[in-house]
Amino acid sequence: MNPITPIINGLKITLSHLFKKPVTLQYPDERPNVAQRYRGLHALNVSHNKAKCVACYLCPTVCPAKCITVEAGEDANHDKYAEKYEIDMLRCIFCGYCVEACPVDAIRMTGQFELANFSREDFVFTKERLLEKK
Amino acid sequence: MGMEILGLPMMYYIAMVAKVLVAFVFVLLTVAYATYAERKIIGHMQVRVGPMRTGWHGLLQPIADGVKLFFKEEIIPSQASTFAFLLAPLIALVPAFITFAVIPFGGVIEVAGYKIPLQVASYIDTATGQIHDLNVGALYILAMSSLGVYGIVLAGWASNSKYSLMGGLRASAQMISYELSAGLSIVAVFMLSGTLSLSEIVNQQSTIWFAFKQPLAFCLFFICSLAEINRTPFDLPEAETELVSGFCTEYSSMKYAMFFMAEYANMVTVCALTATLFLGGWQGPFVSSFALLGPVYFIAKVYALMFFCMWIRATLPRYRYDQLMHLGWKVMIPLSLINIVVTGVIGYVIK
Repeated sequence: MNPITPIINGLKITLSHLFKKPVTLQYPDERPNVAQRYRGLHALNVSHNKAKCVACYLCPTVCPAKCITVEAGEDANHDKYAEKYEIDMLRCIFCGYCVEACPVDAIRMTGQFELANFSREDFVFTKERLLEKK
Repeated sequence: MGMEILGLPMMYYIAMVAKVLVAFVFVLLTVAYATYAERKIIGHMQVRVGPMRTGWHGLLQPIADGVKLFFKEEIIPSQASTFAFLLAPLIALVPAFITFAVIPFGGVIEVAGYKIPLQVASYIDTATGQIHDLNVGALYILAMSSLGVYGIVLAGWASNSKYSLMGGLRASAQMISYELSAGLSIVAVFMLSGTLSLSEIVNQQSTIWFAFKQPLAFCLFFICSLAEINRTPFDLPEAETELVSGFCTEYSSMKYAMFFMAEYANMVTVCALTATLFLGGWQGPFVSSFALLGPVYFIAKVYALMFFCMWIRATLPRYRYDQLMHLGWKVMIPLSLINIVVTGVIGYVIK
């Protein structure tokens, strides 16, 4: 086969790419559009000024990475609530099973993806940090 | 103008120093910004943007790179042959820069009544009005470009590392085999020009470029030059995927920067030489009435060829070693030999 034509075709392709708009996102300056169902950091949903979670233990049960720790407590109305709710983000695989398992729609996943931290302890998200911000 | 040193007017020395400075600074700046241009052009050809964050659109990137390399730690491997290890970057760098001495980058300009030919190693005899330049300029360039191999081979050997040695060996084998066909392909040009003086060759191209009279020699020479300066697709001596960084694996800091500069300076020189031999050098429309247009045309041609080098780098993958040798010995050399014969026959018939 003639060896010159493929080279010229290749040169044409690279030249045409020179005039295309680059796909690069100038990340810290430009923010990416996070998809609506992106599985980022978890958030605990709030209703009537308290977390909706009823400490049913379905999410730690279903969690394949065993990263959720829940401890139940009893509030003034003798209702069960999560006294402690922690997610270890170093173990979490962002599968979203906790959200699927939740019977009271108490947990969801947000579009927040910048989860870097300086120490290991900072990756354990306590209930206060997980409560949805309003 | 009254003062004379060794029988030459003072103006001669001033002009010489000025030409050397201008040519050297031009090559240095081009080398610095060729790295930036390469990253930008290849970036855009891969639908990326290239350096963006140092200065406006990354314009200060070469300076940042230089400063970074300058402050890096110098490492000399304990098992290396120290003297050769230190000498090698110099041997690579110096020939890359001094080749530019014989390349004419413009016609004759007149400053304060003294005529200056724009070529570092040349002057006008004021008595006869004749331009004297190195009459074996092309040979000088071939000699210097083969000297560059020593730096690379020495670097590969002195580093006392397998990767470096392999890179050095590959570089030497590749450069020697491609130098043959590069030299043979420009023989055809000398058969047309009848001279080895580069300024004379440029003058003969004022009507028609040698690239049109010798299209095959032009292509052969450019391809062989790419191979000789180890650029993609012939960058086997520093193939990252197999040889880490080839002959400069063990080098760091400024010594690495010197190899890098030598590589880009070689690219500038090769593009300048191709422009001189085949694309009419500084010749172009209206250059006889405005002498200052000469350098402009010359720089434009050199930069266009450098763009082409980068374009090729963005397009082609690396050759395998046996393919490289096959191309060099079984394609390039026979083609350039045939070219010489055909040129000779046609020249004889026309006469």
